Amino acid sequence: MPLSTTIYNTFFKRNSIYVATVFSAAFAFGISFDSGVQSFWDKWNQGKQWKDIRHKYVQDAEE
Amino acid sequence: MLSSRLSTGAFRKAGSMAASRSTFLPSTKVRFASSSSSSNAFESFMNSRATLASVSLFTAGTIAWYTHLYGTLPFLGEVHASHLSDEGLHPPKYPWPHSGYFDSFDHASIRRGYQVYREVCAACHSLDRIAWRNLVGVSHTVDEARAMAEEVEYQDGPNDEGEMFMRPGKLADYMPAPYPNEEAARAGNAGALPPDLSLIVKARHGGADYIFSLLTGYIDPPAGVEIREGMNYNPFFPGGAISMARVLFDGLVEYDDGTPATTSQMAKDVVTFLNWAAEPEHDERKKTGIKAVILFSTLFALSLYTKRFKWGPIKNRKILYNPPTDKTGH
Ligand code: HEC
Repeated sequence: MPLSTTIYNTFFKRNSIYVATVFSAAFAFGISFDSGVQSFWDKWNQGKQWKDIRHKYVQDAEE
Repeated sequence: MLSSRLSTGAFRKAGSMAASRSTFLPSTKVRFASSSSSSNAFESFMNSRATLASVSLFTAGTIAWYTHLYGTLPFLGEVHASHLSDEGLHPPKYPWPHSGYFDSFDHASIRRGYQVYREVCAACHSLDRIAWRNLVGVSHTVDEARAMAEEVEYQDGPNDEGEMFMRPGKLADYMPAPYPNEEAARAGNAGALPPDLSLIVKARHGGADYIFSLLTGYIDPPAGVEIREGMNYNPFFPGGAISMARVLFDGLVEYDDGTPATTSQMAKDVVTFLNWAAEPEHDERKKTGIKAVILFSTLFALSLYTKRFKWGPIKNRKILYNPPTDKTGH
């Protein structure tokens, strides 16, 4: 069975499966895209953000 | 030219019309063969002296009113007897840690800049739009911000007896102003009003570069430039004479992270802080911008592909014409 037929039979044939696929794909994409951009952002701005310097001051406050 | 608007019947009478050519002068009533009486009324309106007079009056009145309101007419060149120094020296572009498309603010610098603002600028400048809580998670911890707020007394009330009372500050309180009102601020600064600094980076041409240049740009006035008593010379300030004296000097503050407090370091930090105050959404905005550009360019590429996909067969089809064969023969 060619791949396209397999894909068609698994995801597209039944509407319930199709809709569920769309929703969960959107959910998964949303999370992975956001965390991908976030990790690029954190790498690019390493050492500049508050979370990178916060530890210096939280300890001071606890003393 | 005339004849094109005339019927052929009228054209035949051209000879007799030529005789009365004077009737086609614009000021007199003309009746074309095809024209209706309504356009005739329109033409006589357009040609009347009253129309001319009222339009002229309207035009002259509009111009007079505009010049009265705004001084000059737009789109007309003007000549000024001014000097370049009236505009202020243009600041150079500085490589701010946050100036790139992907660059966040340098939060350690915001923290140092807050210290400079608090210890130096806050003596004269208010920062109305920033509350203590805004510092939390940006440059200070909750506990630090709360402790700093509590050092300031705020007026609150009225209480059950209708009296106003003083209480220590809370996170939700805004930065205290150095003067109770504008008059007091002017009286304390030889008539000049120290502007609120919340949005100053957005409010000046050149933004952060300008304010950095202003703070570090104080020099002796060049030969021939007179500066009044109490004023200071700064080439970056439009006009050159500014009421604010130089305020930053090496070693003025002591940074808790050990950074040497040179004049330019303090200027950089306080400008970064003021830039954050003017654009607190800055980091989030740039991050959202990255996402938006990626998503929208993907969607754009997809839409181009879809368009080509759908139009491909239509654009590439060949239309053949098979002429009917002549069955009768030659
Ligand atoms: C001694 C009081 C005083 C202190 C301290 C002070 N300023 Fe000023 N500042 C003024 C006055 C007065 C003006 C108005 C100047 C004018 O309009 O001629 C001014 C104007 C300004 C302007 C506006 C310039 C413009 O283009 O209109 C900026 C920006 C500024 N100050 C920033 C600062 C910063 C940043 C600090 C702290 C490092 C600071 N000031 C400290 C009194 C002060």
